[in-house]
Amino acid sequence: MTAKIERFPGTYLKESDFKEKKVLFTEWDPNAQYAWDAGVAIGRYLRELKEGRLIGVRCNKCNRTVIPPRTVCEWCFRTMDDWVYLPDTGTVNTFSLCYVTWDMQYPEEPEIPAVIDIDGTKPAVGIMHMLGEVDPKNVQIGMKVQAVWKPPKEREGSILDIKYFKPLDE
Amino acid sequence: MSMRKVAVVGAGMTKFVRRAQETGKELSFEATKMALETCDLTLDQVDCVVHGTAPDSFDGVHMKGEYLADGSGAWRKPYTRCYVGGGTGVFTPIHGWYHVASGLFDICLVVCEEKMSSCQPHPQGAFLTIFDHTTERPLEPNLLWIFAMEMNRYMHTYGLKKEDIALVSVKNKRNAADHPCSLLGDPDITVEDVLNSPVLAWPVQRLDVSPVTDGAVALVLAAEHVARRISDKPVWIEGVGWNLDTTYWTNRDLCYPRYVEKAARMAYDMAGITEPRKQIHIAEPYDPFDYKELHHLEGLMLFDRGKAPEATALGITQRDGDLPVCPSGGLLGVGNPIAAAGLMKVAELFWQLRGEAGGRQVPGQPKRGVAQAWGDLMQVGTVIVMGA
Repeated sequence: MTAKIERFPGTYLKESDFKEKKVLFTEWDPNAQYAWDAGVAIGRYLRELKEGRLIGVRCNKCNRTVIPPRTVCEWCFRTMDDWVYLPDTGTVNTFSLCYVTWDMQYPEEPEIPAVIDIDGTKPAVGIMHMLGEVDPKNVQIGMKVQAVWKPPKEREGSILDIKYFKPLDE
Repeated sequence: MSMRKVAVVGAGMTKFVRRAQETGKELSFEATKMALETCDLTLDQVDCVVHGTAPDSFDGVHMKGEYLADGSGAWRKPYTRCYVGGGTGVFTPIHGWYHVASGLFDICLVVCEEKMSSCQPHPQGAFLTIFDHTTERPLEPNLLWIFAMEMNRYMHTYGLKKEDIALVSVKNKRNAADHPCSLLGDPDITVEDVLNSPVLAWPVQRLDVSPVTDGAVALVLAAEHVARRISDKPVWIEGVGWNLDTTYWTNRDLCYPRYVEKAARMAYDMAGITEPRKQIHIAEPYDPFDYKELHHLEGLMLFDRGKAPEATALGITQRDGDLPVCPSGGLLGVGNPIAAAGLMKVAELFWQLRGEAGGRQVPGQPKRGVAQAWGDLMQVGTVIVMGA
């Protein structure tokens, strides 16, 4: 069929068509605001972050210890059994060196998001956070890292109470 | 299970462009009209309509499915819109399939449309809301992060180099040069071009990723007794599968898409496929990034884990190779209007299995193909097996 059709519909517009207002369009800048409840499990997670601690949950049926905490084990579909304090150290599972922001700005120094498998989880599972105090060239998968916390007075019960994770001195 | 056989009997699509003058409704109409004309049907013969399109926030149009309905021929008909992230384009024909397979309807129109250009300055602004609002969004994530991190994990696990993966982008953009609707077809692109393109989020570079696109695709599905009457070459939907993994994506093994495997097993079982590597002749896996084609070929069990790059280097996945992969040109080449991109892959199987793909035709009269899409927080797999 594609071989038989000679003309396909769809009209390509150039960026300049908009800049020079050769085509008509309307614009809208929504002001959408939300306030999300943290909930039971993440509420506790945030309170512990404010105290400078990481906490996960354990399911005694599948024997997993996971972070971030949740009230329900999604594997077993039953209530989690225990809260488990976890160390603030871990291993880089994967990372990126990001040279572009979502709105197409290009910073000179890359941001380094990573998935960090937190020590004490079973099987090893992670959270997303940033890496810092490290030369981007030296970041490696498998690297041991530790959380760098904000001073206690500046913490407000947020994932940002951890500034970033830095390579662990060994 | 008692299910009726369902065939694809017609297909239509618009050009895939960076920014279309037409509205989403107008694009939907063009693709739908073409699909009906190619099988000599009129809208009054259509029993129901299903539509696939991205979330309302993309277009800033609440109840977008309802807004688009007039363009997809749904006026005063049974109509539903469905959405499963990037997996939508392959899920929507599955949604249409069960309307017909169940015996409820004989002819179903399947329409997928996307107009990504409306969201300013970039549709990433709407994408960002997929991250957890409390534990992740305060980090101000960029959508590219998760793909870059999944790609890095995949490369690390199997010891792959950027060169191994860039071959996919080169193959697909070259294939797309033969697609009359393609946005980024380029017969002359090289691995060096990909490796020299700007780094966005290492290891992802500009030419590793598909573009923001506007476009629409439509299919006509028919029950067996209708399909045999109106078409001399119906293409049968032999198997369908879909599967969703957890949104705790940082708790998952990112090097292997288990949810794609589970969706594929469901579709293969239904199609009676026991040896996919022998019984499938064409694959159209989802390729919004070059590494995703490799990831998905492994999830579809068409290659061993970590071995799809080697097969690509050996030319096995070229249009004239043993297992042609993305002969359409894929999302990397034809373009990525999200829901429409997935349905484009199903349309490509329809044209290929009928021997009507023109310059893109896979040699050797292929008899069976698989199309797959993927999305959400790297967690959904949708799979269709089609046979001539």
